[in-house]
Formats: sequence, structure tokens, C-alpha cells
Amino acid sequence: MTRLLGWWRRMAPTLVALGVALVITALFILIIGENPLRALAALFDFGETSVAQANSIGVWINRAAPLFLAGLAVSIGFRMGLFNIGVEGQYRIATVVAAGVGAALVLPAPLHVLVIVVAAMAAGAVYAAIPAVLKVTRGVSEVISTIMLNSIAIALAAWMVRVPFVDPDLGPGENVATRRIAESGQFPGLNELFGVIGLEEPRRPVHGFVVVAIVVGIVMAIVLSRSRFGFELRATGLNPFAATANGISSKAMIIKAMLVSGALAGLVGLPDLLGSAHRFQADSFVSGYGFTGIAVALLGRNKPVGIALAALLFAFLDRAGPSLQSEGIPPAAVIIMQGIVVLSVLVVDEVARRGMLRREERRARAQDPATVTEEVAR
Amino acid sequence: MDNADQDVTVEDDEPAVVQLTGITKRFPGVVANRDVHLDARRGEVHAVVGENGAGKSTLMKILYGMYQPDEGTITVDGELVRFHTPKDAIDLGIGMVHQHFMLADNLTVLENIVLGAEPRRGIRLDYAAARRQIRELSDRYGLGLHPDRLVEELSVAARQRVEIAKVLFRGARVLILDEPTAVLVPQEVDALFSNLVQLRTAGLSVIFISHKLDEVLQVADRITVIRRGSTVATVEPGTTTSRQLAELMVGSELPTPQTAESTVTDHVELAVTDVTITSDDGPDLLRDISFDVRRGEIVGFAGVEGNGQSELVEAIMGLRSLDAGRVVLGADDVTQWSAHRRRVSGVGFIPEDRHRQALLLDAPLWENRLLGWHSQEPAGGRFWINPKSARAEAAQIMTDYDVRAPGPETLAAALSGGNQQKFVIGREMSTQLRVLVAAHPTRGIDVGAQAAVWDRLREARAAGLATVLISADLDELLGLSDTLYVLFGGRIVAKLDPADVTPEILGSYMTGATPAEAGPADDPGELA
Ligand SMILES: Nc1ncnc2c1ncn2[C@@H]1O[C@H](COP(=O)(O)OP(=O)(O)OP(=O)(O)O)[C@@H](O)[C@H]1O
Ligand SMILES: [Mg+2]
Repeated sequence: MTRLLGWWRRMAPTLVALGVALVITALFILIIGENPLRALAALFDFGETSVAQANSIGVWINRAAPLFLAGLAVSIGFRMGLFNIGVEGQYRIATVVAAGVGAALVLPAPLHVLVIVVAAMAAGAVYAAIPAVLKVTRGVSEVISTIMLNSIAIALAAWMVRVPFVDPDLGPGENVATRRIAESGQFPGLNELFGVIGLEEPRRPVHGFVVVAIVVGIVMAIVLSRSRFGFELRATGLNPFAATANGISSKAMIIKAMLVSGALAGLVGLPDLLGSAHRFQADSFVSGYGFTGIAVALLGRNKPVGIALAALLFAFLDRAGPSLQSEGIPPAAVIIMQGIVVLSVLVVDEVARRGMLRREERRARAQDPATVTEEVAR
Repeated sequence: MDNADQDVTVEDDEPAVVQLTGITKRFPGVVANRDVHLDARRGEVHAVVGENGAGKSTLMKILYGMYQPDEGTITVDGELVRFHTPKDAIDLGIGMVHQHFMLADNLTVLENIVLGAEPRRGIRLDYAAARRQIRELSDRYGLGLHPDRLVEELSVAARQRVEIAKVLFRGARVLILDEPTAVLVPQEVDALFSNLVQLRTAGLSVIFISHKLDEVLQVADRITVIRRGSTVATVEPGTTTSRQLAELMVGSELPTPQTAESTVTDHVELAVTDVTITSDDGPDLLRDISFDVRRGEIVGFAGVEGNGQSELVEAIMGLRSLDAGRVVLGADDVTQWSAHRRRVSGVGFIPEDRHRQALLLDAPLWENRLLGWHSQEPAGGRFWINPKSARAEAAQIMTDYDVRAPGPETLAAALSGGNQQKFVIGREMSTQLRVLVAAHPTRGIDVGAQAAVWDRLREARAAGLATVLISADLDELLGLSDTLYVLFGGRIVAKLDPADVTPEILGSYMTGATPAEAGPADDPGELA
């Protein structure tokens, strides 16, 4: 009961913030001369037929998994006050490498996937190590260097697809891409699962990698709250001076946090790659998860469960883009709404924190003062 | 009802500038103030004393508008007032210097003083006028300020004077000082008190908190004693001794640090040899520092703050790289070891600035228990921490060291200054240690708890602990140390036997003067 209450206390400000965001977005839609109620309906419109609905849910899942992983990657740095803006570049590089490595090998199914996953994580970590090393040895701000490395990543990825990993059997006029990963290196979809629980099977693949994302989320939750690394991360974030004075080397922490963050970033592109694309092609590569991941991490307050909810919310809004468009509302409304959600959460959070403090004080006042002092002032 | 009438004592011939009546303030799980009465008159130095966690800082923060009382009233010049923010208090001429300084290091004295109260001419900042005003203040009250110096270059005492000037600059008539003398050496305390006397003469009121009862008796006109959140008495120094004050505060005798018989062994646990740390500009921070600490020995370091103490501590703890010299722990040369490796080999650390270096203020006490020892079983570990046993250990420390707080889940920030310090001491000393580096271990701790900490240090010494003690409290140094060194300008200028050295002799070494008759002191030349 108290747990439920505590949970409600923590969630309430976010729900209020969501309400505020909804109202502001409605105002915006009014201003551009459309009907906010129709927009709201479009937001929750999953389609007419049961196939369309199943498709919609599939899109939602496919979008949420990489956002969750990206948010998780960003949050690792945030926890110690390190701004890894470079998740975007890290997952692009990692995805190319994973595609290249995956296509170059043929192994038994689970092993093949495992190798691809490890390659992606390693590539992400290595690419994240660059800003970490720059910061530790030269004091370069990770914000600047990761932003720069994002641009470099686009060029580097393009070169890797064109030269080392290029598919030699491309037809004339076809866009450059890596070779297709063999069947053994593909991740089974969730489509059949839809049938099992009595829904229509979606027509397009639903990425099964979401299961891996959930497992990673659980593992990270445990690592952050129970491991020495998690503690050191938290301590460094709370008071870097005290952490250093007590033997937690801030340089080592920068390196470790960036490596973990980069390794997680490496997973961001895999749901798409292993679930449906099976090759890397610059034009069909979905970019932007790394940036949205920053907002997701902020909204989720750097906690795995929060990030999961935030990723679901953002994916839900993203999914509604096309149906909004059919109502004559620009899909940018979705992005505006996402921005407003994050902003209002930050504002409402602060207001709620103060209110909570006042309530705590009132609660203390209500308790019998005499007994309390005795207990405290032994 | 009848009693109530009798309780009202009309003793003031002069009206109070500020008067706090029946103040009660509750925090979650704690009543910090309960029905407290306090008044300050014009031209008075009013001391507030009490145990750690008695509610002194809280009361002062209420008077300064940082907290709102749950019950009770504040009057200024006889008028009932209600403060919502410190700004309201400042507007009525009430200013406060906090227990932990709040200056911006990288700004100048001038900038720090005007920050938030910028003098304007039109929309432009009028620095010339501000500079003039600061000079005036500085001259009138003997504060000796240089408006254009950077705050980070200043000694602690000078920073404190900047804080005072900052408050005066805003037109304060009532000055609140929370433990101003805790960070000062005796000479600086005297200087501060002469400043306070000047303020008093100019008709200002000063309310100050201190744990050093002798000083309180020396400078205060009246003393209010707070015990467990309530006012116990307001007394005049002429009619009270520090022993009586202590009894009012804690109901126990005033402790005197006494060295028990020596427990020093021949086994050198920590050897520091020719340690030098240079500075990019200016003189070396440390120069050829050599000393041994044996098992069962407490080696004390005296010195005016800023003469190399911090650097020495950092050198021993591995927080700063040496330009020359070695640090040897037992049989191991640890000069190249990381701070963490030194720590886990059994070196405890009580840093000088607990807020900055010893605590995670926004974390619960059990997490603070782990800090520094998070890789040690059972609460910590090589890969995993164990919150359950960390909670149990935190609770144990709270019992053993009389840390007054609701429980291990309490945030460190919610503890009173002295209780935070007691927790840090408990954390360090409840691990099996070989060496303890303690900087100002009893700073901000009340007399009762101070005696307890001294006892702990002596017990640990008897059990074979090698202790490096750095302190600004000369009685503490003389009472605890087996060997005493004086640091001046980054060098050891004297090695003394605490058994036959007086605070006066020590004081003159600390200020760089060699006493004419050095008495029992070894010739410093021998050390070179
Ligand atoms: N912000 C806060 N939240 C919760 N409890 C608090 C807070 N501030 C102080 N307290 C509690 O109120 C009590 C009084 O604290 P206060 O800081 O006033 O003590 P103090 O007399 O100044 O002690 P010290 O000599 O150790 O500085 C303590 O038990 C402390 O834990
Ligand atoms: Mg205090």
C-alpha cells in the first residue's frame, strides 16, 4: 500500500506534466486553425481493421525498443553529469560494423546473432572511447567532441558501406549497401506472438529484439542500484570532489561510463538491422534515435523504468504522425508535443519537489512532537 | 495560567532589536526548535551555545528568513514581522554568515560582496561607488579587505571577513555568525573578536554560535543556551563559568584533553620522506617534508591554515602527485599507488571540508557509509554493494557515535553540522585501520561529543593506530599528540614535545616567528 502510494507520488508530477503538454499542444493546433479534438482522436486512432490495428501496435513496439536503448545509453552519462550527445553517431557506426561483421560470417543461429550483438556493442564502445580519452587526457568537453563525432560518424559510416563492407553483387542503379546477413543472423519477429494472444498478425515484421532490450533494461537497473560501478557513478554525479577524495578516480569513471554508454548505444540500431533491414543502407537507415534518446532519458529521470515508459510514450506519439497528417495536421505537431512534454516535466518536477517538501513538513507537524524528539535525541 | 504570568521576566531596560518568541520548527522526524525564546539588544554580542543538533543553525535560519517557523513570532524593533525569504530579513537589516561559506571562488572580493546587491547608476553597475563603500566598511571595522583580490587566494579568516563585509554592505544591523571561530586559529579568533567589539561599539548587534565555551565567555555580553531544541537559560558571562555552561548544555562535565601514558611503539607505519610539491607560480606548497608515524602514535601538525596542511593531507592520501619524495606505508612504497588502493590498505581519512570532500549530501546515510569503503566487504564489494548491510552498518555508526538523525535513510543534508562530522568520523573509524589522517576531526562538534571523539582516538591509538592529526585547536593538538610539528610556508619549522610546550610558544612558531627562548623545542635546524 505504502509502496503504491510512493509510486503514485513519483508518477503524479509526470502525469500532470503530460496534461499540461496536451493542453499546450491543443492550443497550438487551434492556432494553426485545426480541430484539437480531431487531432486527439487521430492520436489514439489505431486503424479501422484489426490488421491495421495490429500493424499499428507493431510500429509502436518497433519504435519504442531503439528509443529505450538510446535513452538508457544517454542516462548512464547523465547519472554522473556527463553529456553523451554522441549516441547518434555511436549507434550509426555500430550498426554499420554489425552489418558488415554479420554478413561476413555464417554461424549457427544463436551464435551468429550473439557475435553481431557483441560486435555492435564493441564498435559503439570504441567510438565512445574517443571523446572519453580526449576528455581525460586533454580536458576536451565531451559535449563538443561527441557532437563533432556525430558528423564524422556519418561520413565514416558512408565510407565503410562503400569500401570495406560493400556488397559486390549490387545491381546497376541500386544504392550502396552492405551484403545481406544470412538467415542464421536474423532475429525472429514477434508476429506469431500476436496470433497467439488472439490478435491479427501484423503484415510487417515486429522486431523481436525488443525482448533483448527489456533484458538489458533489467540488467542495467540491477547494475545501477546494486553494483559498485552503479554506486561510483552515483557518487561521482552527486559530489565529484567527495568521490575523488574517497578513491573514486573521476578519470576512470569518465572512461567507464562512456564505454558502457557507447556499448548500449551500439544496440540501438540492432532491432531494425536484425529484425527487418538485414543490411545497412544509408537511405533506409533510421537516424535520430540518439537525439530523441536524450529527451527520453530526461523524461525518464535516468531510471530504467522511467526510460521505458518515456520510450513508450515517445514511440506512441511518433506512430501517430501519419494519421495526424491525414487530418491535415502537420506531423511536426508530434515533435512539438514531445518537446513540450519534456519541458513541462522539468518545470512540474521542480514545483512538485517544493510541494512535496512542504507536505513532508506538514506531516511531521501532525505527528506527536514529543515522542519524536525523544526517539531522535536519545 | 498563573505560572505563565510568573514566567514573564521583565529584565530589559533597553528594547530588543530582534526578538524571537515561542519559536517551534519541525522537520520530518525531528523537532529542531521547540518554544525557543531569544532576543538581541542594540550594541550587544549575544552568543548561542548548545549541543550538536540542538537547533542553533535552524533558529538562526528562521531569523534570517530561510525557514518559516511552525509556531512563534519574530519582532524587529518591537514590530511583528513575517519573513518569507532571506531578502525580507535583509531588508530589515538582518544578515547571516553561514556555518559553511557560500562565496564564489573565482570572483573578486568586490564582486562577491556586491553580488545580488549590485549598486546601480541607471542601468549601469557602479563599481566605483561600491569600491569606495567597501573601503569605508573595511576601515571602520578593521576588516583589512582588498576589493580586487580573488576569493580563492584568500585564507579562511579573510574569506570570513569578506562574508561579514558582504552582510554589512547590505546594511545589516543584526549580524548572525554561525560557528565563525571553528575554522580559525587562536590569533585569527582574537582578530575576529576585535572586529566584533568594533561592531558592537558602532551599535550593531551580533548573534554568534560557538562550541568553544571559553571564547563565548570572553566576548559575549549574554549567552543563550539551547538544549534539544529548547532554550534552557540566558546567562551573563560574569556570573558563569564554562563548566556551568557545559552542564547547562549537556548535563556533563567539561572535558579536558589529557594524554594517557604513551603507547608509541617502534614500528613505523607511515613514513613520509622529503616530500616536495611545487607550485607553478610562487613558492613551493610543500618543501622537504619528512616524518614518521609509528604504531600507537599520534603525530600532530600545527599551523595557520594555508601553510601546506591541505597539500600534506592530499600527498598522504594520494590525491596529488608529488614532485619529489616518497610515502611509505608499512613495508610498501605507496608513492605511485592510487588513492583507492591506499584507502583499502587501511588508511582512514577525515577531510577538512566535510561538505566538499566527505559526504554525498543528497544521498541517504547508508550510501554515505559506503563512500570510500565501497569495495570493502561486507557492505561493499569488488563488484556488488550490499545495501542491506550498509544500512545496518550506518545504523551501528549512528548508535556508536551518537549521530542524531531519524535513520539510515535520512539524507546527509538533513543532519546538523556536528552530526555530519560525527558520522564521518564513525565511518572512518569503524573500519580496521592502520593509519588515520584526520584533519580538524572535532570541528563543529559540541564539548560532550568532542570528548567522546578524543576518547575514540586514544582508544584507537592504544590499539596501535598511527594517526596524523591536523587541527586548528591547539588544546586538541597538545592534548592528543605524541609528537608535534609546526608547518609554516610549506615547511616543517619545528618539532616539539607537546608535554612541555605552551600554546603561546606554539602560536609564535605558527606565525613564522621563532620564539626568543624556544624552551623545550628542538632546534628546527636539526630537521633540515
Ligand atoms: N533541512 C533539514 N531537514 C530535516 N532535518 C533537519 C534539516 N535541518 C536541520 N535538521 C534537523 O534539525 C535538528 C537541528 O539541526 P541544526 O542544524 O539546527 O543543529 P545545530 O544546533 O546547528 O547543530 P550543530 O552544532 O551540529 O551545527 C537536527 O536534528 C537536524 O538533523
Ligand atoms: Mg549548526
